[in-house]
Amino acid sequence: MFKQLRKTLMMLGECFTMSLSNILNNRVRSFLTVLGILIGVTAVIALITTVSGFSGTLSSSFMNMGAGTLSVSVTGSELKSGMTAEDFEALTALDAVQGITPNVSLRSRLSKGGKYKTNVSITGKNYFYFLKTEGAVERGRPIHPTDEASSTFVCLINHTIMEELFYGVDPIGETMYVDGVPFLVIGVLADSASTNLVSIMSGSASVVIPYTTALKMNNANVVTSFTVYLADGADSEKASATLTEAMDRMFSFEEDCFTITTMSGIEDTMNSMLSMVSTLLAGIASIALVVGGIGIMNMMLTTVTERTMEIGLKKALGAIPWQIQLQFLMESFLLSMIGGLLGVALGLGLSFTLCRVMGMTFVISPSAILLGVSFSAAVGIIFGWAPARKASRLNPIDALRAM
Amino acid sequence: MAGPLISMRDINKYYAMGEEQAHILKDVNLSVASGEYLSILGPSGSGKSTLMNIIGCLDTPTSGSYLLNGEAVEELSQVELAGIRSREIGFVFQNSQLLPRLTAQKNVELPLIYAGVPPKERRNRAREMLNRVGLSDRMGHFPNQLSGGQQQRVAIARALVGNPSLLLADEPTGALDQKTGRQVMALFQELNAEGRTVVMITHDIHIASYARRVVHIIDGELTEGEAGPEGSDPHV
Repeated sequence: MFKQLRKTLMMLGECFTMSLSNILNNRVRSFLTVLGILIGVTAVIALITTVSGFSGTLSSSFMNMGAGTLSVSVTGSELKSGMTAEDFEALTALDAVQGITPNVSLRSRLSKGGKYKTNVSITGKNYFYFLKTEGAVERGRPIHPTDEASSTFVCLINHTIMEELFYGVDPIGETMYVDGVPFLVIGVLADSASTNLVSIMSGSASVVIPYTTALKMNNANVVTSFTVYLADGADSEKASATLTEAMDRMFSFEEDCFTITTMSGIEDTMNSMLSMVSTLLAGIASIALVVGGIGIMNMMLTTVTERTMEIGLKKALGAIPWQIQLQFLMESFLLSMIGGLLGVALGLGLSFTLCRVMGMTFVISPSAILLGVSFSAAVGIIFGWAPARKASRLNPIDALRAM
Repeated sequence: MAGPLISMRDINKYYAMGEEQAHILKDVNLSVASGEYLSILGPSGSGKSTLMNIIGCLDTPTSGSYLLNGEAVEELSQVELAGIRSREIGFVFQNSQLLPRLTAQKNVELPLIYAGVPPKERRNRAREMLNRVGLSDRMGHFPNQLSGGQQQRVAIARALVGNPSLLLADEPTGALDQKTGRQVMALFQELNAEGRTVVMITHDIHIASYARRVVHIIDGELTEGEAGPEGSDPHV
C-alpha cells in the first residue's frame, strides 16, 4: 500500500518533469496555447478586483458622507403639503435626532454687473448644515440662525460662480442678483467637499442661501426634502422607525406622505447591484476561459498525433496506459496553470493600475485568485482528458509503425 | 530454469482486411531455450513483424498458446502485457528510436521509470549499462550528437537496463552501414556469450547468419533453417 503510493508519487514527479520540459521545448507554441486561458483569467481577476475596489471606495465615501444621516422626501397629503419650522422643532426634540437640515432647491438666473449665468442650482440650507459639514466654508461666514429667522438675502457661492461673476474681485461683501433680487455674498464654499460620489449623485449646489429665503423665492411655505442628523450612536433603523411614527402623527396617519431613506439602505442596494454586474461580467469573461480550454485541447490532440512514436516506444518499454494518460493530463494541466498564474499576475497588475488611475482603493481579493487558479486547473484537466485518453489508448504496434 | 524461455504452440493470427480476413501466422510452433541466439529470417510481408509483436507481447495471437518464461501471455490485458514487457523483454528497433530531447543516459533510464525504479538507482544502472556498450564518454550527449552506431548502442543499453530475460531486435542493423552493422552484431554476440537470450528479426540472410540458430518464415509458416557456424563470424 505504502509502496504503491510512493510509486504513484514518483510517477507524478516524473510526469511533471517530462511535461515541463516538453512545454519549455515548445515555448512559442505553449505560450500561444495558453494565451486564451491567460486572457480569460486576466479578465476575471481584473473585473472582480476592480469592482471590489470600486465598491470599497463607494462604501467608504458613504461612511464619510452618510453615516448617521437619514434623507426624507415628503410628498404630503391634501391637508398638509410639507414640513414647517414647527414640525422640524418637534422632530429635533426626538432623542435619536441631533438636528435637521432642510433642502430647498431652486434654479435661477444670477447676474453681477454686466455678467450673468442662467439655470444655476441654488439650495436653501440652515445653520445646522454648516455646523455638521466641517470645511464647507472656505472663506467668509456660514449661515447664522438669525439669517434663517429673518430670511435675510445672503448667499455663499462656489468657485465656479466666483470665477465667472467675480473675476478679479473679492466677492465677499459684494452684491449679486438672484432672479433680480439683490443678495449679499457672505462666503465662498470649499470645492473639495463636492468631489465625492455622494455629492455628485445628489448634485452639488453652486449657491447656498438660508432655507427660509429659498422658500420665499419659491413662493412656498413648506419644506419637502430634508436631512436628519442622528444623535451619536443612534441606530439608523430604530431612528427611522421613531421618525416614521412622529411624522405619521404629523400627517394624520395618511399613507404615502413621505419616504425615509437611510444611507446604509442606498449602500446595500448599490452593493448588490455592483455584485450583480461583476458576476455578469465575470461570467462573460469566463467564456474566454472555455475558448482557452478548447485551444489547449486542440494543441494536446496535435501533440498526441505528433508524438505517436514516443507513445508507442514508451508503451513498448513497459509504460501502462494510465502512466501515458497521466503524462498528457499533467501536460495540459501545467499548460493551463501556467496560463492561469500569468493571468492572475496580469489581472492584479491591470486592476492595480486601474484602481490607481481612478483613485480607488486596491484590494487583493483572495477569492478571485482562487477562482482564477481553480478554474484554469479545471479547464486543463477537463480539456486535457480526451487527448490524454486518446494517447493512452494508442495501440503500441500502430504507434511504433508510425516510426 | 525448467522449460524453454519461449514456447509457442499452434499460434494463428488473423487480421481483418476489409471484408476478408488475412491469415498472417499459420500454426506457428517455436521454442527458444534460455541463452539461445535465434534469427527469424523472412522477406517483407512474410508475417515476421507480426510474429515479433507477439513474441514481444505487443500483440496477442488469435489462437494458440504462448508461454514466456513460464507465463501464459495470450490472454493477458493491456496493463498486464505492459508489465511483462517491462520485466521480460528488451526491444531494439531498426531506427534505434531514441527520444531526441533526452540525453543518452536519460534515454536508457526510460524503461526504469515505468518499472518504478527510484531515480538514484536508475541513474547508476543506466551509467553501468552505457559503460557496458562502450559509451561511458557519451552519457550526456543527445541522440543527434551521436553516430548511427552509437545511437543503436544506446538503444541496446536501453533494452538491457531492465535486465530482461529476452533481447528482441527488429532489423537492428537496417539503418546502419556495413561496418557499424558488424560492430553491433559483434556486441550481440558478446551479449549472447554472457548468457543473454537474443531473438533477432531480419530479412537479411547475412545478418541472420550471425545467430546460432536461424528459422525461416515465409507466408506465415515457420520452418527451421540451417544454423550459421556457431559462435564464429562468417563475414570477417
